[in-house]
This record gives sequence, C-alpha cells and structure tokens, in this order.
Amino acid sequence: MEQLKRQLQQVQENFERIQREQKQRIEALTQKLDNVVRQLAAEAEKKKLEQELITSLRTNRPAATVQADTTPVVGASKPQPEVAGEKKPWLPTDPIRIGGARAYMDIGLVGTFAAGGSTAADIEGGTQLGGHDPNQRGFTVQGVEANFAGAVDPYFRGNANLAFLLNSQGESSVELEEAWLETIALPWNLQVRAGQVLTEFGRINTQHPHSWAFVDTPLVNGRFFGPDGLRNPGARLSWLMPTPFYSELFLTVQNSQGETASSFRSGGHSHGGGEGAEELPFAYRHPDNDRGVKSLGDLLFTPRYAVSFDLTELQTLVLGASAAFGPNSSGGAGDTTTQIYGLDAYWKWKPANAHGGFPFVSLQAEVMFRRYEAGAFDWQEAADAGGTPIMNEDTGLPAVLGQETLTDYGFCAQLLYGFRTGWVAGLRGDFVTGDEAEYEKMALTLKGEPLGRDPQRAQRWRISPNLTWYPTEFSKLRLQYNYDDRQDIGIDHSVWLQFEFVLGAHAAHKF
Amino acid sequence: MKTFSLTLLAAGLVATAAQAKLSVVATTPELGSIAAEIGGNRVSVTTLAKPTEDPHFVAAKPSFIVKLNRADALTEGGAELEIGWLPPLLDQARNPKLAAGAPGRILCAENIQLLEVPATLDRSKGDIHAAGNPHYMTDPGNASMVAKRLAGALSELDPKSRDVYQANLRKFTERLESKLAEWEKLCAPFKGERVVAYHDSWPYFARRFGLTIVLFLEPKPGIPPTPVHLAKVIAQIKAEHIRVIMVEPYQNRKTAETVAAETGATVVDVAQFPGPIKGTDDSYIALMDYVVHSVAKELGAGKK
Repeated sequence: MEQLKRQLQQVQENFERIQREQKQRIEALTQKLDNVVRQLAAEAEKKKLEQELITSLRTNRPAATVQADTTPVVGASKPQPEVAGEKKPWLPTDPIRIGGARAYMDIGLVGTFAAGGSTAADIEGGTQLGGHDPNQRGFTVQGVEANFAGAVDPYFRGNANLAFLLNSQGESSVELEEAWLETIALPWNLQVRAGQVLTEFGRINTQHPHSWAFVDTPLVNGRFFGPDGLRNPGARLSWLMPTPFYSELFLTVQNSQGETASSFRSGGHSHGGGEGAEELPFAYRHPDNDRGVKSLGDLLFTPRYAVSFDLTELQTLVLGASAAFGPNSSGGAGDTTTQIYGLDAYWKWKPANAHGGFPFVSLQAEVMFRRYEAGAFDWQEAADAGGTPIMNEDTGLPAVLGQETLTDYGFCAQLLYGFRTGWVAGLRGDFVTGDEAEYEKMALTLKGEPLGRDPQRAQRWRISPNLTWYPTEFSKLRLQYNYDDRQDIGIDHSVWLQFEFVLGAHAAHKF
Repeated sequence: MKTFSLTLLAAGLVATAAQAKLSVVATTPELGSIAAEIGGNRVSVTTLAKPTEDPHFVAAKPSFIVKLNRADALTEGGAELEIGWLPPLLDQARNPKLAAGAPGRILCAENIQLLEVPATLDRSKGDIHAAGNPHYMTDPGNASMVAKRLAGALSELDPKSRDVYQANLRKFTERLESKLAEWEKLCAPFKGERVVAYHDSWPYFARRFGLTIVLFLEPKPGIPPTPVHLAKVIAQIKAEHIRVIMVEPYQNRKTAETVAAETGATVVDVAQFPGPIKGTDDSYIALMDYVVHSVAKELGAGKK
C-alpha cells in the first residue's frame, strides 16, 4: 500500500516536472514564432503598401482595402461591365436625400391616422383611454412621429422620438415621447440609457404606438399608466446576464411626477382624462398633495427581468416580470405609495420557409396588479376653494374620505395570425377591474347625482377582432371592431379604420 | 483519487483548447459555410438565418443576442441585406468586438462591386437597397473575394493560425477555380439566353454566366406578384420562348408553376444558401454546382 502511494507520488512529480518543462519550451517557441510572424507581416505590409501606391498612382483611383495575402481571386480578371445609367454623379440641382448608411443621423417619419365611429358618446378618455387612440367620430390624427437616431461617438448612440398630435378639439400638441443616449461600450455586459425614456415595464409600454398590433391602447395600460404610457426623465440600467439562454435584468429609475407617471405623483389631472375628470377624479379625490422629492424613495423605481427560450427551431418564447414602485400624491399626509406588478409572455411561431416574415402565429399576454394607497381627503377644502364638492348623503356635508388601499388588476391578451404575405388577422381580449373600496360603498353624490363604482376602477372588458394589410413594411391599413362592456355604463360598439405611412429611415423592431 | 484529478486536469486542458477556438457568427448560411471552410478546426461557426428562409426577414430572436454577445467575430453580407433584423440585435448584444469598424466585424460586401446601385432612393420602385443589390454571392467570383476577406480577417484576429487560414483559403480557391472553369464551359452555349426569376436575386449570377435575367414574377422587388403583372410576364415568356423560371425555397412555387403551365417553361428550384435542396448542404461550392447544373440542364433541354 505504502509502496503504491510512494510510486504514485513519484509518477505525479515526474509528470508535473515534465509539464513545467514542456510549458516553458512551448512559451519560448511561441515567442520566437510570433517574432518571425511579426517580421514577415511587416515586410509584407511594406511591399503591399508600395504596390498599392504604385497602382493607385497609375490608375488615379482609390486604393483597395487592406488584404493581407496574395491568394488570387477567382474570376477577378474577367471584365465586370458596369450596368449603364445606374450611378450618376450628383448635381447641385438634385434633391438632397438623407439615407441610412451615408448620414450621421437616420431620420424617419411615421404618420398614423384613423377614421370610424362608436356608439359611445365619451370616446376621448372614455371608451378610448390612450392619448394616441382614435378620439372622435370621423377622422383622428393618431400621431405623426419623427424619429432621429444614430451613433453619437464611439461611446454613445442617440435616439429621439417627437410626436405631433391633434386632439378632438383640433388643438395641436407636441410630445417628447423619447429622447435618450445609450452607452455602446460599457464593460460587464452593462448598458445605460438616460434621458426621457419609456419605462421598461412589460411589453406594450416599451413599444411606440405605431408598432402595436391594434388600433388602440390596452385597457390595463390605459388605466395604470395613463393616456401616454409610463415614461419620464430618468435612466435605465440593463445587464445581459451570463446564462446560456437570453436573460436580462433592467432597473429604470425616473422622476415620479407628471402626466406620464399616472399611478404615481401625477399632479392635478386624473387618470384617463376625459369629460368630468376635473370633477370626478380617480378615487374621488384630487391627487394634489404633492410632497416633491426629498429622498431617493420619492423617485420611481422599476425593476424588470426578461428571459427567452427557443422552444424549437421555429418557436420562441419570451417571459418577463416587472414591478414599479413609487410615491403617489393622494391625500394630505404625503406618504402614500403605489406598487404595480406585472407578468408578460410572448410566443411566436414562424415556419422555416417564411417569405417576407409570413406566415406566422403569435400570442402575447400581460397581467398587471396595482396596489394604490389613497390618502385621506376632505371635500370641504375643495368647496372652500370654490369647486363643486362631492357630498355625503348621510351627513349632508361635503364628503370626508378616509385613507385606504385600493387594489386593481387587469390583463390583455392578443393572438395574431399572419395568414399570407402582408395580411394579419388579430383578436384581442381586455379585462380590468378593482376591488370595491370603502369610498365606493358610501352614499356619495355629485350635483345631486348618486355616485357608485369609480368609473376608473369599475369592471370593464373588451373584445377586439381586427384585420391588417401591410402593402409593404412601410404602410398599413387596419380595420378593427371593439365590443366594449363597461359596468354601470353598458355596451358600446366601435369600428375604426387605421392607416399609416413610414417615410425615411425606420429602425427594425425588437422581437 | 489521483487518477480522477488527472482526468479532471486533462478535461480542463481539452476545455481550454476548445475555448481557444475563434467563435464566429455568420448571418446567412453561405457565409457560414465559407467561414467554416476557411476557419477549419480553429473556429466554431454559428449561423443565424435558416437556409430555407428569406434573408431579408429573419426573426430577431433574443437567443441571437446571446450568440452575438459571446462571439469573437461576425460575418455579415451587408449592403442592407440584414437591415431588418441585425441592427437591434447588435445594439442589445453590447459586444465591443463586433462594433462597426472593429476587426471582428467582417463586412463581406466590402470590396465587392455591387450592381443596381440606385441613382435616387425612391421606395415607389419597391424594396430597393441604397448600396446596391445585396445578393452578390450568386457570383462565385464574389465568393472568392469573400473567402479572401474572411481569411484576412481571421488571420488578423488569430495570427497564430494564420497559416491554417491561408492554406484553407488556397484549397477553397483552387477548388472554386476549377469548378468555375467547368461551370463557365457548361453555360457557354447559352450566352445571352433569357431566364425568369421570382425575385431580383440573380443579377450577379447572370453576369457571370452570360445569361439575361431581367424579368421577374414580382412586379417590383419585395412586392408580391399581381395577376396583371403575371399576365404581362406570361406574354413575354411566350413571345421570347423563355425556358426557365428560377424559384427559391421560400418563394411561392405555386405562382411559378401556374406561369410555367401557361407558357411551357420549366420551374427550376434554386437557392442562395446551401442546405434546403438535397445535396447542397455540404458547402457553397456544392450549392453553386447544383444551381449551375440545374439551370444549364433545362436550358440545354430547350435547345434540343
């Protein structure tokens, strides 16, 4: 036994010694080889440069790009006739065109419009929650969006989206949808995007309206994130994780106030906007007790984790979990907060011989849950300020609403079938509701009219089949029908025809 | 116990050797095939687009982000072939080795003289590409340039294996050269012969082999065939006694068959990428051999 052990030890020592020696020899030889190679390369480079200079001087044409060898190219001696009239010199009278590869910046324009009607009287902010949705019977400019994008320098790329809008009153507005710079060269697979950014929450919220598969905003997005989606000045850090499959972790930190942070410190306006919003705000209390930003906790924090698997060669699945945490401005105490949680899934099938991206089948679903701490609110103060107060029938006085936590949830699921080149049939289901809160159980009235469920929290569902035709990837025509069922309001039918054009450069969409 | 640790050590060495291989991602299969031939056992090649699918419209799957993130080099066709799906993948892959202008970013269209460069950019003319027609690999002469470009780029990235790459390049070039001579001889009798294609992917092939391919089933590049346009094509095929309609795996073969039935022409299955047609999965040369022989065979049948 002992002998065996000794033997083994000896063998191992021998092995290690030989290994060391061999390693040293290898290193020495490698270095020698490197030196020789470098010398040879330098000589070849010199010769080539000479040759290139001679040729370029002789032909007075730009020299060919560096090729570090002398292998002949097959068939290159054959004359390659130029096809006549394909390339002509630029003349000062020619129009100036800004193309993708030849300019410092890609410029694109997307115009989205709709025509149609609805049985509902309250379209803008009523049946249609999105700021880019059709907003009236007849025609709507859903948005004309300019996009500017390009590499800033070797460290950053830049992007800006400016949207031009017309509301139902014909008033123009300009909206800074996004404007950010993004790092190109951070180590450890990190990336930072900073500026005005769409919050990385779920799938729909990070997409611009023109890339949606339906005419309008999903109900749950409209209710929780407001008419223009959740976006604000801030920064997004993302980390592509070292897993064998795609998995990415995001953290967005943003300001928590303003119209584009609806469930948070969204100022004096209510969610969804629309008629009577001033008088009947969300949770029946004006969110005007803004405490400002005193600590980091007063900002909006949105973590997200996304993973993707190729189920087969032809099927891909993307899953995500998101959450958003921040203060809200409800109540007088100024310490109320909101938490929104979301899960999303996207599955797509495309056959091996797809042509122009067709045919395909895709399914996308998002579920969200919101916990909103509503602060105490006394309508007497509103009455003193000259507003019309909500009254409590039982006391005969302006209502006094206590602090309570409101829970709401909703989902949106959509199935798309690209059945032939350029044609997509879609079906979407929307559902939103909220648990009935204390203030909804009270005997409240506004101008003598009894109030029941909060219309911004009451149950609602919607079914939307649609058909889209893409003549090319730069234009589309879409016909959609919405069957809309709102608690206490009833059923409405809407039909919208959407049409869209894309001019100039247009960046490819993410999966 | 000791044997076990020795085995582990050996396994570790093998693993290090395997890792030392250059990881190359190719956007399309013919580039992947040539990269594998030039790289030999010194590289591992991953191809993104399937050989059967339309290279303009590949799904930008998140798994591709991971592949690009971990690659040492990316070889792409360029000339806007992959513009609809590659840029967002690269943005998300955050791999400095693949940054524009980096040695690992192998743009194959460089040094290739592209045809059909539009004088003005006007999308009413269909899906045109600002840099020119991106389907240049259908000319074996261009494939030879690309092979040379790849050998140069791989040598720069991995100077220790330079001799291997250059030797593989010579082997590839010699084989291609002898094959090209054979193909040109085969096509010589059909100089000027007119051939119909579904999409404008064959101008380089036509120029190389002296064919005329200017009639397409698509009315404009990327626009699906319309009855009005097909009627015109049918009339022209009949008038000019055109024999061959070239169709690729992802294109609508039924449309081509309808035209063929109307005119007596023959549908010839061709491909730009090795794989989808039996016997072409080996290499770029096997693919071109198949395409040239199939087209020449049908043209020859017409002569008899």
